[in-house]
Amino acid sequence: MGGPLALLLVCFLVYPVGQLLLLSVQNDSGFTLAQYRQLFASSVYVDVLLITLKISLVTTLVCVVTGYPIAYLISIVGKDRKARLLFFVLLSFWTSFLVRAFAWVVLLGRNGVINKLLLSLGIVSTPASLLYNFGSVLVGMVNALLPLAVLTMLSVMENIDRNLPRAAATLGAGPGMAFWKIYFPLSLPGVAAAGIMVFVTAIGFFIVPALLGGRRETMITQLIIDQIQQTMNWGFAGAISVLLLLVVLVVFAAYDRLLGLSTMTGAATARKAVPSRLSGPIQKGGDTLLTLLGSLFDGIIDLLPSRKRDRNPDQPGLGLQMFVWAMLLVISLPTLLMIPLSFGNGGLNWPPQGFTLHWYETVLVSPLWTQALLRSLMVGIGTGLLAMLVGTPAAFLLVRSEIPGKAAWLAFILSPIVVPRMIIAVGLFYVFARIGLVGSAFGLILGHTVVAVPYVVMTMMAVLRNYDTRLDLAAQSLGARPFATLRHITFPILGAGMMSSFLFAFATSFDELTIALFATGGLNATLPKQFWDEVTLQVSPVIAAVSTCLFVFMGLLIFVAEHLRRRAAAR
Amino acid sequence: MVPSSLRISKLSKRFGDFVALAPTSLDVGKGEFLTLLGPSGSGKTTLLSLIAGLARPDEGRILIDDADVTHSPAYERDIGVVFQNYALFPHMSVEDNIAFPLKMRKMSDAEARKRTMEALETVRLPHVAKRYPRELSGGQQQRIALARCIVYRPAIILMDEPLGALDKKLRDQMQLEIKRIHRELRTTIVYVTHDQEEAMTMSDRICLMNSGTIEQLGTPEDLYFRPRSVFVADFLGESNLLSATVRDVDADGLDIVLTHQQAGSRAVGNGARFTAGEPIKVMVRPQNLHVESATTGAGGLTGRLVDVMISGSLTRLYIAPETAGLPQLVAAYPTRSSLVPHEIGQLVSVGWNPSDAVAIGDSGGH
Repeated sequence: MGGPLALLLVCFLVYPVGQLLLLSVQNDSGFTLAQYRQLFASSVYVDVLLITLKISLVTTLVCVVTGYPIAYLISIVGKDRKARLLFFVLLSFWTSFLVRAFAWVVLLGRNGVINKLLLSLGIVSTPASLLYNFGSVLVGMVNALLPLAVLTMLSVMENIDRNLPRAAATLGAGPGMAFWKIYFPLSLPGVAAAGIMVFVTAIGFFIVPALLGGRRETMITQLIIDQIQQTMNWGFAGAISVLLLLVVLVVFAAYDRLLGLSTMTGAATARKAVPSRLSGPIQKGGDTLLTLLGSLFDGIIDLLPSRKRDRNPDQPGLGLQMFVWAMLLVISLPTLLMIPLSFGNGGLNWPPQGFTLHWYETVLVSPLWTQALLRSLMVGIGTGLLAMLVGTPAAFLLVRSEIPGKAAWLAFILSPIVVPRMIIAVGLFYVFARIGLVGSAFGLILGHTVVAVPYVVMTMMAVLRNYDTRLDLAAQSLGARPFATLRHITFPILGAGMMSSFLFAFATSFDELTIALFATGGLNATLPKQFWDEVTLQVSPVIAAVSTCLFVFMGLLIFVAEHLRRRAAAR
Repeated sequence: MVPSSLRISKLSKRFGDFVALAPTSLDVGKGEFLTLLGPSGSGKTTLLSLIAGLARPDEGRILIDDADVTHSPAYERDIGVVFQNYALFPHMSVEDNIAFPLKMRKMSDAEARKRTMEALETVRLPHVAKRYPRELSGGQQQRIALARCIVYRPAIILMDEPLGALDKKLRDQMQLEIKRIHRELRTTIVYVTHDQEEAMTMSDRICLMNSGTIEQLGTPEDLYFRPRSVFVADFLGESNLLSATVRDVDADGLDIVLTHQQAGSRAVGNGARFTAGEPIKVMVRPQNLHVESATTGAGGLTGRLVDVMISGSLTRLYIAPETAGLPQLVAAYPTRSSLVPHEIGQLVSVGWNPSDAVAIGDSGGH
């Protein structure tokens, strides 16, 4: 049952990536290390790698540190407030990276909201240049990856028993001790998982540095794009890919050494937290540090007037709530500000002036945009269907039967998430070019399925784990034949879960740029590719109109998916 | 009177419109084992949370060893809590779990280690010190949770349905275990359960709660033999309740008239004050009903046997009285191979000793 999926991954992941890596050590006459010699000949490429690492590391730090309180608050508030907070995180998570990066370009521009605000407050006298520097890249990167960090940490925090900090309190631990000695260590697997997810995603990013960074913020994937688009130098692109892949693998190996990769798949939850593999002295040091932090916090709390200490122990503090809402505002506002700008006729200057539908008309009459939309919808639906078709049986296999090497299979299926997208994209481009699939919708569907299928398998595995197979037996004992059981029992119950994993795959494809970057162009471009071509050419209000459309479309999609998920969960 | 370890006065708590706890006062003596018993939603867990400092009362005061702790956070009260799901810290070994409260009290490592081992001895699990909670069985986790509480000798130990997750056999065993530890340490224990048998077995006194108020507070015998309300009679063990009216009150008991038969009888009081002419309920426990084969036309209370059920050591006889308006009655006998009346449908007569009939005020409400 896992056959089709294995075939797909071997043909369109293992083979292309392998080819690309092979190209880096081959020339016409055979084996060569010339590409690598060139790579290290000057400091240019090593510098870019260091910058990439620096940007990724700082992004990871900021995402984890600011995401932690957000995830914490979401995990402790009641159902209604949780849904409200989560909506903003999901909205941001699902809004295209392109749309969000573009929004910051407009926001931070010379005539953008921030500069207008600074001017009116008299902080600056002439518009400050806020774009194309390390700060603007960092803002864009954090905006792009904070939702991912929050969602990853949340999945662990939600499994921490709320009684544990309360138990600590009854045993004599102040709020500081209860948090640092009990809650924080239990949430650490989530922090680590969020850290690594953000880091490996950040390392393969090119949209944000390309749109928001200057020349000094060039990241390593941009170099690969240059090699392919400008010089078609496969060998050198392959060499850079090897470098990138090595860095990612080293990071994963280190993570596995310290915490074990099993913590990532969500199989191990905080409830049955594994004692970490950190050895004696490190653990002891960590424990001492946590004790110190705990006493420090409790010391500060003791200094507060006693009225403040006597608040409801289960109520989140006002400071925490304000911080979280401020952060959610920061990650949602830029895209929301696109909406008024898209109806204004004063360009992208703030404040918007007048009201016009001109930009929307421009989009609608342009064959480039309408073709792109149609193509994206078609590829998205195709990807959704294909990913379901190959992913669902594999999920069945992994959940329902005992196969040898289950962990290895899971790791293989999840590998498209781990391998930087750019490497897959370049490898696919090379293979597609040779078999004539470049520019075809079919090729794109294949490529997108490779990157979407891990999400489908994971979602379907979760859905299947929650499905009580005794219901099928019950139906059959009541006289339902296999087909009738499928139609009346299995499908209605699994349906919502299947629909939401289809939507997940669809959305992944609909927003995919890396593979589409090489494999499409002109009239057969997808929407993100068309968006990218436009935005790298000029920053125009047309993009704001497209952004608004995409934003609304994604908002609706989440709403539907969330509704379906809840219906499935309610059963 | 024993000095009180815990004193609660006019404590109340609402959640929106829902009164979780109406103003309630309660004294718990030093070394006493008091059980808060009641159906779910009766306010027993709310009361426990308020005592523990895990929730804030709207009004009222809580005193532990005569110190007002109403506004103290949980970590400044001298209490221990055994949670329903044990709440053992999964990332700490058993000994670290038990040493946690000692470390919070800044005890030296050597002393903490000694006390931890003592606590493990007390719960008879010295060999699991290095294990992690998930490696223990439910019963063992329960004991460790208890050890984590007794290790720092708090003034009061609060237990929130601690045996709820265990199977029957283990539960019986743990009941004895907790009683033993209570005897050895003489700690004050406030114990929450909805299981009346558990409450009867373990408690010095039971505080029976219903919809946010105390229904009756007393020894298990008080509650069983002298229930102050129909709710209490129903909640603790089975009971037959018949309507009656008080005709006269004297030193030994009450002269009553059973409503549906218009027959005179006697009953004992439950400690409350009765007045002549007052409508009451008369409670007779199943084991105090005498059932005999009868022939048609026999006097007294007669009925048809509708069901006979053997449940281990007791056999229950269900009887539908012939007199209209009377509820179905239940009688209980020790199970024997030859029970006298046992044929379904057969006519039986039902009687009881007047000293086993308890008068309960029929104050509508419940």
